[in-house]
Amino acid sequence: MALPTLRDLGEYLGQLDPDVAGYEVINGELVVRARRGAITRVLSFLRDDANCQFAQLVDLCGVDYPEREERLEVVYNLLSLKHNQRIRVKVTTDEDTPVPSVSGIFPSATWFEREAWDLCGIFFSDHPDLRRILTDYGFDGHPLRKDFPLTGYTEVRYDEVQKRVIYEPVKLQQDFRVFDFLSPWEGMTTVQLPGDEKADQDDGEGRAAQ
Amino acid sequence: MTVEGDSGAKIRPYTVNFGPQHPAAHGVLRLVLEMDGEVVERADPHIGLLHRGTEKLIEYKTYLQAVPYFDRLDYMAPMCQEHAYALAVEKLLGVTVPLRGQYIRVLYAEITRILNHLLNVTTFALDVGATTPSLWAFEQRELLFEFYERASGARMHCAYFRPGGVAQDLPAGLADDIWAWTEQFPKFMEELAGLLDENRIFKQRTVDIGVVNRDDALAWGFTGPMLRASGVPWDLRKAQPYDVYDKVDFDVPTGTTGDCFARYLVRMEEMRQSIRIMRQCLTDMPKVGPVKSTDHKVSPPPRAEMKRSMEALIHHFKLYTEGYHVPAGETYSAVESVKGEFAVYLVSDGTNKPYRCHIRSPGYVHLQALELMSKGHMLADVVSIIGATDIVFGEIDR
Repeated sequence: MALPTLRDLGEYLGQLDPDVAGYEVINGELVVRARRGAITRVLSFLRDDANCQFAQLVDLCGVDYPEREERLEVVYNLLSLKHNQRIRVKVTTDEDTPVPSVSGIFPSATWFEREAWDLCGIFFSDHPDLRRILTDYGFDGHPLRKDFPLTGYTEVRYDEVQKRVIYEPVKLQQDFRVFDFLSPWEGMTTVQLPGDEKADQDDGEGRAAQ
Repeated sequence: MTVEGDSGAKIRPYTVNFGPQHPAAHGVLRLVLEMDGEVVERADPHIGLLHRGTEKLIEYKTYLQAVPYFDRLDYMAPMCQEHAYALAVEKLLGVTVPLRGQYIRVLYAEITRILNHLLNVTTFALDVGATTPSLWAFEQRELLFEFYERASGARMHCAYFRPGGVAQDLPAGLADDIWAWTEQFPKFMEELAGLLDENRIFKQRTVDIGVVNRDDALAWGFTGPMLRASGVPWDLRKAQPYDVYDKVDFDVPTGTTGDCFARYLVRMEEMRQSIRIMRQCLTDMPKVGPVKSTDHKVSPPPRAEMKRSMEALIHHFKLYTEGYHVPAGETYSAVESVKGEFAVYLVSDGTNKPYRCHIRSPGYVHLQALELMSKGHMLADVVSIIGATDIVFGEIDR
């Protein structure tokens, strides 16, 4: 039951708004891609249109895909209490391009955008108060980016001589141990072993060799 | 900024630094309050003092190793959060949980709800001056922690709900003891309500304090008891049921006034409804049967089988070293946690570790509206508002 209505809703958005770049249904959830500059228009349409009525922005977060041209993605999750429906809107951006803030439409976005700025380094334009929120005062860097190390760069301790907490570069007694348990025989997605290319080759009879 | 005082002198508003170590801050909340006399003009919560980088850590762990992090978010409601994560992983894997496992999960999710509400209601009362309720409730909470311990081996950080089901079956006799507990609990609820419902001091401190109307509650992203206290009958257990919530019968209480007292009343009624759900789970639950997925690519094989079957031994070894591979995809899975909508936005890239795991915690959203709720109130009312908001810093700071 849920799937056709989601598809209808996707079609409806696609026809109505040129700012929506496309939609797909992943795992029974509707995902809409929007143009970055039009995000405020798309979200206010979703909130106010009688067929949508997504009255709540329940979540907003950033995701980092370093291999992409525009590496950062902002994900908005909306909830319609009226139609008992969820929708996910995505826009992409890079390190320098700001995304228009939606805190004017949904006040709940204010802290979520601060968090996305703090942790992923997504810059939001027209945000009323874009301070860091979760990391330390004076923190440098954006921890949820993939190129930020898990251990961070600095560590703190109380210095008995100076009588205050001081920051020092991280010193590890041993390197952070990454156990790579990925089996070379199944489930590998990025590394190709010699001979693997034959699996995808056509064996001349119109089917791939197993 | 200066304000004209009564005597004509120019005075700057006081800035009060509330917390981070304050018994009424419910954790490490640093609240910078700008006061005009005793009236709050601006409230600026500084959070992040308990930030542990959970989301980053999860990216470096296998799917199973990530489960215990969820206990440590909102440490007053560990199992509800495991529930959201387990549902998200199951959705990506396409695994179904056996019926008995689903009933056990719902049973324990409701125990969790009572645990949290007992703590919240009574410490909230403690903040506004009533000492007795918290002493009484902690006795009941201890009994519930025993049920946690008997099922999972741990009182608080249980890691009991795992992708594919629950860690292990209930031990013999536990279901009967939970049933016996549900029989005596309504009497306790009566006594607790008798202490607070008509308590003049409690009402003076909570009625008409921190009022949030329906539209504001929706716009600020309120969920759970906070939203229901503002008169919106919205409960994910009814609206988007997961596990066996569609098979049990319960009511969704709503408040009419949207103030701190309405939030208290909603939580009290939710506890009574939780008892109803627990009793239905105990009677309707299949008495025997698997409690976790029988697909041993996801859930471990029984110990006895491992000693005899090579296949089972391999499964066990692979599960606890490499873990399972989750097909590439993404999902936003939400549950009605004790404080509201707790959700996990999980992105998988096809390997054995999550690519991104964003945690949507209800407390984070509710604390954001603290300024909305406390503006124009007295400093002492901020304590009531924080108490009724039910904030726990484990989930807010993550």
